[in-house]
Amino acid sequence: MIKHDVVIVGSGLAGMRAALEMCKDLDVAILSKVYPSRSHSGAAQGGIAAALGNSEPDSWEEHLYDTVKGGDFLNDQDAVEEYVKAAPDVIYELEHFGCVFSRTPDGKIAQRSFGGHSKPRACFSADRTGHTILHALHEQLLKHSKSIKIYSEWYMHSLILDGDRCNGVVVSDIRTGAVEVMQARAVIFATGGYGRVFNITSNAFAGTADGVMAAFRAGIPLEDAEFVQYHPSGLYRQGILFSEAARGEGGYLLNGEGDRFMEQYAPARMELAPRDIVARAAQSEMDAGRGVDGKDIIHLDLRHLGEARIMERLPQIRQLGIDFIGVDCVKDPLPIQPTAHYSMGGIPTDKTGHVITDEQGTRVNGFFAAGECACVSVHGANRLGTNSLLDAVVFGELAGRSALAYVNTVGHAKVNESHEKTKVLEQFENIFQQNGSESYNDIRDEMKTVMTENCGVFRDEDRLKVCIDTIQKLRERYERGKVTDKGKVFNSEIYEIIELGNMLGMAEIIATAALARQESRGGHFRTDYPKRDDENFLKHSLTYPKDGELEIKYKPVVITKHQPAERTY
Amino acid sequence: MATFRIKRYNPEKQPEPYYEEFQLDIPQGATLLDCMNQIKWTLDGSFTYRMSCRSAICGSCAVKANGHALLACQRQASHLVKNGDTIVLEPLGNMKPIKDLVVDFKPFWDKIDKIKPYLQPKTRAPEKERLQSPEQFKRIDDSSTCIMCGSCYSDCNVLEVNDKFLGPAALAKAQRFVEDSRDGKTHERVKELSKPGGIWDCTHCAECVERCPKPARPFDRIKEVMTVALEERVTNNTGARHAISFTKSIKSSGRLNENTLPVESVGYFNVKGLFDLLPVGLRMLFKGKIPPILHKSIDDVDDVKRIFMEADKE
Repeated sequence: MIKHDVVIVGSGLAGMRAALEMCKDLDVAILSKVYPSRSHSGAAQGGIAAALGNSEPDSWEEHLYDTVKGGDFLNDQDAVEEYVKAAPDVIYELEHFGCVFSRTPDGKIAQRSFGGHSKPRACFSADRTGHTILHALHEQLLKHSKSIKIYSEWYMHSLILDGDRCNGVVVSDIRTGAVEVMQARAVIFATGGYGRVFNITSNAFAGTADGVMAAFRAGIPLEDAEFVQYHPSGLYRQGILFSEAARGEGGYLLNGEGDRFMEQYAPARMELAPRDIVARAAQSEMDAGRGVDGKDIIHLDLRHLGEARIMERLPQIRQLGIDFIGVDCVKDPLPIQPTAHYSMGGIPTDKTGHVITDEQGTRVNGFFAAGECACVSVHGANRLGTNSLLDAVVFGELAGRSALAYVNTVGHAKVNESHEKTKVLEQFENIFQQNGSESYNDIRDEMKTVMTENCGVFRDEDRLKVCIDTIQKLRERYERGKVTDKGKVFNSEIYEIIELGNMLGMAEIIATAALARQESRGGHFRTDYPKRDDENFLKHSLTYPKDGELEIKYKPVVITKHQPAERTY
Repeated sequence: MATFRIKRYNPEKQPEPYYEEFQLDIPQGATLLDCMNQIKWTLDGSFTYRMSCRSAICGSCAVKANGHALLACQRQASHLVKNGDTIVLEPLGNMKPIKDLVVDFKPFWDKIDKIKPYLQPKTRAPEKERLQSPEQFKRIDDSSTCIMCGSCYSDCNVLEVNDKFLGPAALAKAQRFVEDSRDGKTHERVKELSKPGGIWDCTHCAECVERCPKPARPFDRIKEVMTVALEERVTNNTGARHAISFTKSIKSSGRLNENTLPVESVGYFNVKGLFDLLPVGLRMLFKGKIPPILHKSIDDVDDVKRIFMEADKE
């Protein structure tokens, strides 16, 4: 049995920031199924929000209001307030760590405009902001390598809960296939999102719901799972991200007729309306047959920005266009379509990072979550661009601080090693032994297609029922799958199969929560209930496991400063 | 129909690697990674490689295609087809294979660790950000695009014969701090980087620049560190002395003085180093390969001097 004071699962921005918060006092382990520097936080491009006011006067109050309005008033405003207030210091700290930021002529951190933010608030590093922050934190991790043990290419299988207390995780070393119990006084999940359940997604192959489903299987509900963000500018057919910064820098969105169609949907903010509104507008244009060449294509036009500006501010975007679709955005518009991008929902936590299990805020002792896998909720029904990197760093730090305080009050609890280990070994053995004929690849493809087609930008009761029905059938077929690689060394096939199991579970939760929410709010749009319904649905959903079925309960939204108002841009 | 000729290795099954061929229709617009996934998901589930973001930013999927390292997700498969129909896939070089295309990155990361890959600030943290001009940012902009994919490390010609060499990625990462206006250890860093295994062990082949999938271009960064090392007068080492002697000779005569270069490189007072040169010198003497004792300038040496003057002005 491996023993540490704290185990952090996931090594993106949230996980690494949490580790740095505790490493001076505790023996910390951080686990990644890839390498820390390969975490998906690194794919974030456009920026990280903070009201620094480096190019225009700004305030946390405005950041708060923009975030709440952007989230369609489902955000818990007490948490949002702490979060936006913490933002400037968090950015300065990253800068002090050595993070490489683009600069204003007088040497301050440069800031640009972003969708839904009323001020230029996005601190950035060209168009690779996530990458530079990830590497700055990774550098700090290496600096503190004596007190932080990095487990690269280890996979987390399950959470060890004993009543209301968390005592560790069961993991395996991908390189050797060895299953181990990791005993810890506290566990922090920073496992990211689950966009891989969709066909068109900007997410890495690693975004497969491992963390959220491990929590769910341990009996913890998932909050607001129905709220998935579709980013307006994914590369056509591939879904690879073209940063909103392209529009922040002045890019246009054009339909097949060459019109800047946002005029019809958000005349005041145009291309810089929040993502849910822009994605819906783009999808509506395509559905009405106004896509480019009649296809599901919208044009992202940057030509008027000129080569110099593009090379200074958006060099990666340009290269991605050239490499992946043979289009140079200096000369031609980029073909895009909405792509599943971010999960607003996740493991419910309070604003200190403690995982909670009900509307009373009952804590799971010793279990914390931060970043995309968690739902605090600061993003409500729709996250604003550049608010997610901030979420990861702010709540990574807070979760680390909370875990540190908690660990100082408890020792290691007893863990039944063989019992915990056996459960995971059995899962491996079941997959190896089941002499099925079903192709896991077909199951995965069908899941992704049914989710994008029926649980995407626009949803309705019939489509969601098709979705749930299909997923349930796929789950049955999953039990009869056929595995080819039965080895122990770096068996990536078996891990993909386990991930698929997690995704099937998550897909059903998303669709079920979406079916229950009979209104339209933020990223969740029901064509059969096209209006927001504050009377019945101004509340967070909590989806629980119950006797193999799903049970949905709700908890109220915390409203402090801003009463829900009509949302126009 | 294209043939993917893949180097397979599974230590659990057999100790030696072997090649296996798979036939696949390359779908229009498919990247190499898309094709690898097709092979894994429809033809042989045991085919093993790393991947994650599939948008050229995580650095997981670097492999060798047709003998050169690249990011599988970044390249159109159809562009890689050679001899009419074949793409050869092999694991990255200079690292030990674990299984199929997965290699052991430990030596790579160990070397990153060695260059102290974190900011060592000059000043105490101010209340707000440390100021840095756009020009100062530009000095570290390119090196900070490195995604640690290992492509440069794989194809580095020095590492093939000298595994003590820190390698292009670590040295490019070092430049990121050497030239960061906020870092206070520039001198200590270039001193450390001038030791054996450091910047002067690079043979300037620029293979790493060819392989780098990002604007990091390691050899360009190595040259920048060399420049800083000379500016900081960290010259008490063979590499720096070699560079200085080389420049001096060209500047004064327009050609290389092959008699003084080795002596000046090891240093006039380095008795052991000079003795080490003797056997080579003697062998050259017996074979009649000793350059003329009297070193003559080229005819247009004044033009060369003018070039140096212009360069010095910049």
